[in-house]
Amino acid sequence: MVVKDLIKELRQAIGKNAVKTEKEDLESYTFDATPDMPTGLPDVVVIPESTDHVQAIVTLANKYNVPVYTRGSGTNLSGGTIPLKKGIVMVMLKMNKILEIDVENLTATSEPGVIIAELNAAVAEHGLMYPPDPGSVDTATMGGSVAECSGGLRGLKYGVTKHYVMGLEVVLANGKIMTCGGKTVKNVSGYDMVKLFVGSEGTLGIITKIISKLIPAPEARKTATATFTSIDDAAQTVSGIIKSKVIPATLEIMDNVTIKTVENFLHLGLPIDAEAILVIEVDGIPEVVEKEMDAVARVCKANNGNLKIAANAAERDGLLAARRAALPALAQLSPTTVLEDATVPRSKVPDMIRAIRAVAEKYNLTIGTFGHAGDGNLHPTIITDEANTDEMARVHKAVDEIFDAAIKLGGTLSGEHGIGIAKQKYLLNEFGESGIEALKAVKRALDPDNILNPGKVVTI
Amino acid sequence: MSYYDLLETINAEIAKCMKCGNCQAVCPIYKEDMAEWSVARGKIKLAKDLLEGRLDYTPRIEEIFSLCLTCQACAENCPCGVRPDKIILAARAAIAREKGLPTIKKYIFNVLKHPGQFKAGMRLGSTLQGFGLKKVNDTDFVKPRLPIGLDMRRVIRPLAPKSLLSQVSEVTPVENPKARVVFFTGCMLNYIYTDAGHAVIKALTANDIEVITPKDQHCCGIPVIMSGDIETARRIARYNIDVLSRYDCDAVITHCGTGIDAWVHHYPDLLENDPDYADKARAFSEKAYDVSQYLVDRGGFRKPAAAMNRTVTYHDPCHMVRGVGVSTQPREVIQGIPGVTLKEMKKPDRCCGSAGSFSLTHYALSSKIRDKKIADILAVSPDMVLTSCGACRMQIEEGLYHAGCATPVHHVAELLASAYEKEETADKGNQRAHHKTAAQMVAG
Ligand SMILES: Cc1cc2nc3c(=O)[nH]c(=O)nc-3n(C[C@H](O)[C@H](O)[C@H](O)COP(=O)(O)OP(=O)(O)OC[C@H]3O[C@@H](n4cnc5c(N)ncnc54)[C@H](O)[C@@H]3O)c2cc1C
Ligand code: SF4
Ligand code: SF4
Ligand code: SF4
Repeated sequence: MVVKDLIKELRQAIGKNAVKTEKEDLESYTFDATPDMPTGLPDVVVIPESTDHVQAIVTLANKYNVPVYTRGSGTNLSGGTIPLKKGIVMVMLKMNKILEIDVENLTATSEPGVIIAELNAAVAEHGLMYPPDPGSVDTATMGGSVAECSGGLRGLKYGVTKHYVMGLEVVLANGKIMTCGGKTVKNVSGYDMVKLFVGSEGTLGIITKIISKLIPAPEARKTATATFTSIDDAAQTVSGIIKSKVIPATLEIMDNVTIKTVENFLHLGLPIDAEAILVIEVDGIPEVVEKEMDAVARVCKANNGNLKIAANAAERDGLLAARRAALPALAQLSPTTVLEDATVPRSKVPDMIRAIRAVAEKYNLTIGTFGHAGDGNLHPTIITDEANTDEMARVHKAVDEIFDAAIKLGGTLSGEHGIGIAKQKYLLNEFGESGIEALKAVKRALDPDNILNPGKVVTI
Repeated sequence: MSYYDLLETINAEIAKCMKCGNCQAVCPIYKEDMAEWSVARGKIKLAKDLLEGRLDYTPRIEEIFSLCLTCQACAENCPCGVRPDKIILAARAAIAREKGLPTIKKYIFNVLKHPGQFKAGMRLGSTLQGFGLKKVNDTDFVKPRLPIGLDMRRVIRPLAPKSLLSQVSEVTPVENPKARVVFFTGCMLNYIYTDAGHAVIKALTANDIEVITPKDQHCCGIPVIMSGDIETARRIARYNIDVLSRYDCDAVITHCGTGIDAWVHHYPDLLENDPDYADKARAFSEKAYDVSQYLVDRGGFRKPAAAMNRTVTYHDPCHMVRGVGVSTQPREVIQGIPGVTLKEMKKPDRCCGSAGSFSLTHYALSSKIRDKKIADILAVSPDMVLTSCGACRMQIEEGLYHAGCATPVHHVAELLASAYEKEETADKGNQRAHHKTAAQMVAG
């Protein structure tokens, strides 16, 4: 009965067509890109087209005391958009206007439903770039990536989403609007609320407008791959490159399991006995790019790496194809792909790769590891089958141990995919009791009635 | 059992989907309404719900599964190699089994079951269409006069006064043929774009290829598969296979995305477990070619000598580029014609939104998708648009008309054939000139 009234009022507030209630519609929003997760059926799916709509929806959620799950493209990998406790799924995709590109202040103002790649295409016309580039750039929304603080391949040199969010408009849990930050590079008024909302996974407020920082697009780039017969040589190369004062835009690693799988899948002629392949890209002013690639070549040689530099765009695509194929190739091996993003300090990458390998042997699992060696963000990828309960039990134990290893090496549970539901039980390990209490205090302060994405990150 | 007969058989395909959402980046339908049920990922989830009993065969499910162009853009972009289009067709077939077809489709498909009735109907249609359709000003287009099942905003091509098959002789011979092929015309060429049909024959014979055009061939039946009426589709497939089996030929030549996909994929899939037809369907699958594909890959394509001064752009039909992987050959033909400049539009392989009967049942959505294509075409300002499919052509013609643009749209074979014709006229002219001089010499 209550749900019926809620739906009626929602229709009055934002229009009939923006409120979906048929069972088939609801079933379409019970999941996101995360494997091996519980699902939940929402009561209603709403599709706002303005901040006013969002406010109206949140106000009604308060009146009826039902949860609101904000959803972008639903590509997150931590179960962050699953409607666990019934209520309202709010899809932000129709708030998808780029409101302004300010070439003097180097900012872009957009609504949350804009797809990252679309923003990038629009600013590229002005010779500018928005650096965060998760593997999902072509699908993920600005809102979703801000709410997850997404990373990507360029993290080492350019940082991650939080380094590019300058200002936000947010609808709070009580339905009121607040803005924070702005177009100024410097801003110390009050607490840094922008940083608080970045990575808050839809649990603290609903982002309705984003002012992003842009930078001039690099003029030139050079790409290379280096193959190694020892994982330590590869690791030495990574730290050697950084020591020689070169910060590559991309510094990616693939381990032996990944190399073999990619080779099987694409037949690129990769050395299947190699222990590691590094993919390295430097970018910037042409002269500097040349000098930096020379330095990279010297370091690779000193560490027994077999270097191949792309001579042109076609060769570059060839070299990058291997890295791009890592996840797809592993995913084709079996129905379920459990992709983690445990992250360790750069110097601990070889230890982490060895730890993952030990776990794979112990639990008799296929785990391919690839990822962003330059920033220590690894993606151990477990190839399994949700239908195989015995194997899934081993997968769960393996995941526990992988996170354990990451924390012991001074790392973190999640470099970029967020906590959501998937990683909640490990959070205590990283934060301790008092840390968790502080997180909950923040949640209670901003969302006392637990309306916004309940059951995610921390449970109050 | 094939996936057309039992939804369960598509389970393995469903299990391959890892829910990454990459299909969102390319699905033309999703780009318009941005609803999870529109994109492959959502539909796969709903197919699973149907299989596991969480959902029933409701009108809403039917509507959702009808929202797909089977353009295969999702399949191409899928990291896991899923074929969502197959899952969707399997679901449509299951829905048709459980719910039956809408009456109007039932009626049309019943007629389609019988080639004779269908042909008589189309003849009658060609004569009677004047009552339901009115001519648009000075164009060759017609608009619906009465709500005859067409959206009133539509402008379409009228049926040709005489079908192609009634115009051409069964065999078009050439001197010293280097190959002998059967021309499968399909209905768009047969009933609407008869000129394109003549052009296909011209393009082949100009390359010393003998062309057989069987009179009693039938529609490919794809529209029927798309709606899930598998039994009728099988009947049509067997019928066409019987007709073509009568001829001894090197290849079957098609000229539209749907027709080629029918012979290459759908017939073997449909008849996979038919003891009498499975082998035949597979053999034809090996032999089927698009006309440009055949000329370039097998027919020793001869570049015409005459120049056609044209700036053209080429649209890739979905079932041509992704369905059977034909995209370089039509371009090779186009660029082989002297004087022709090919200016590529942005995303030439993005669906035009037609998808056969989809443009009839979902006109508004189909038009929105079409208008994106039209904008991409206009951006390169060609003086002719080329494609390799009658259905795409009709869709693009309509879009250009609404955009107030008179740029003509043709099949690749038409431009090629007119170049060959120009070459012949020039040859004849030369010969005449030559004779004259000879005559003058004699006289002098
Ligand atoms: C193939 C693949 C590759 C990926 N690669 C990377 C990668 O390299 N790096 C990386 O960091 N991530 C990666 N991801 C994860 C994912 O794409 C990112 O987290 C992405 O930013 C999520 O965007 P979305 O629009 O899909 O958000 P959703 O999944 O819809 O939502 C994510 C979270 O944000 C919240 N949210 C969404 N919109 C708003 C809003 N307007 N206001 C407040 N909260 C909101 C949701 O409630 C949810 O908690 C990858 C995922 C896939 C499937
Ligand atoms: S791209 Fe493929 S695997 Fe990914 S969601 Fe779509 S169908 Fe599934
Ligand atoms: S086939 Fe085309 S329309 Fe259908 S789901 Fe795939 S991308 Fe969308
Ligand atoms: S594809 Fe279209 S035009 Fe070609 S035969 Fe089939 S229905 Fe007719």
